[in-house]
Amino acid sequence: MRERQPAVNVSFDGVEYEGLLGESVLECARRNGVAIPSLCFLEGLTVWGGCRICVVEVAEGHRLRPACATQVAADMEIKIETPRLRAYRKSVLELLFAEGNHVCAVCVSNGNCELQDMAVHCGMDHVRYDYQSPAREVDASHPKYVFDPNRCILCTRCVRVCDEIEGAHVWDIRHRGQQAELITEMNKPWGESLSCTWCGKCVAVCPTGSLAYQGSAIGEMEHDPVMIKRLAVARNRGEWLDPKGVS
Amino acid sequence: MKQARIATAWLGGCSGCHMSFLDMDEWLFELADVADIVYSPIADIKEFPSDVDATLVEGAVANEDNLELARDIRAKSRLVLSFGDCAVSGNVTAMRNPLGDPLQILEAVYVDAPDRDGLIPNAAGIVPPLLPKVLPLHKIIRVDAFIPGCPPPADRIQAALEALLEGVLPPNRGEAIRWG
Repeated sequence: MRERQPAVNVSFDGVEYEGLLGESVLECARRNGVAIPSLCFLEGLTVWGGCRICVVEVAEGHRLRPACATQVAADMEIKIETPRLRAYRKSVLELLFAEGNHVCAVCVSNGNCELQDMAVHCGMDHVRYDYQSPAREVDASHPKYVFDPNRCILCTRCVRVCDEIEGAHVWDIRHRGQQAELITEMNKPWGESLSCTWCGKCVAVCPTGSLAYQGSAIGEMEHDPVMIKRLAVARNRGEWLDPKGVS
Repeated sequence: MKQARIATAWLGGCSGCHMSFLDMDEWLFELADVADIVYSPIADIKEFPSDVDATLVEGAVANEDNLELARDIRAKSRLVLSFGDCAVSGNVTAMRNPLGDPLQILEAVYVDAPDRDGLIPNAAGIVPPLLPKVLPLHKIIRVDAFIPGCPPPADRIQAALEALLEGVLPPNRGEAIRWG
């Protein structure tokens, strides 16, 4: 077990809570039962800070910071539910929907989707931006799983879980900006991957219908990101090491 | 009391939203007590009338007929509502957009497909030309409120109509705005 970290005072939307030095603003909020919406963050994986859904205002100067990648400090005044932050979160979601081809009605994850749920949470009833309608091919070459880049939001949970928990590192992101895309095995079809162990952790953590089991029909795909938290917690605690110290 | 003048219209969609509208069942009788349905694909009315209080528009804007009707609706309705995911986002109707030029898509369907006679349907004044891109309704005309869903469940449509009849916009928070 880790030593207990020194406690400091922080406030969320004007209410005081106990923060622990070394933890992130997001961890601190969740430990105290304060809700901060997030998408790319997944407990048990390294912090990515890419989706910007969890941005908060830190009082001095009202700078926006991702709660997942900002450490708690003494007397930090954190704002979560301000009109500006609500507007930014909604804009981020609209940009995510405009960037890919997200068609909820025909998606395997319809009704079980973190992106769809977040759109409801943030009050997105339409998308103001122009849809980019990119042409992207589905990779159904793997015997067990399907990768549909049309539904990918580049949260990199699959990249991280494959590298950090499974240790296989099948997934990567290539190119930048609007061209950025997920690839498997140095851009070979997933089904030809020699490093993929078929473990399915990438599928378990995907927040949308981008990674799914072969043969899933509309609304049938349910992900299981909590399993990864269990693995990470057990590993950090050394639960599966020989108690006598002989590995 | 003066009857509210409500219209519904059908652009590039599958009519599933209108099926869901009919799924309001006996509440339709209550609606008929307080509102006149002055234009709808389920009523035999040829011209979109003037002086409409609110129009629910199903479907995306996919062809020139859709474009013309959408503009006519806006000019003659006090409130326009995007009714269902196709009107809201393009949805399934807009799935042709990543494939590019509509002419190439028509060729793939009508010319290259083996069980067809090799001709793209082309009857002037009857088959409307496709627009280069399918667009959500709010990209063509101003839209006052959105009723997402594929289709929107009947109780969601009812809640929207009840709000309109009370003179307010439909709920735009929580499950009322869930897509899919």
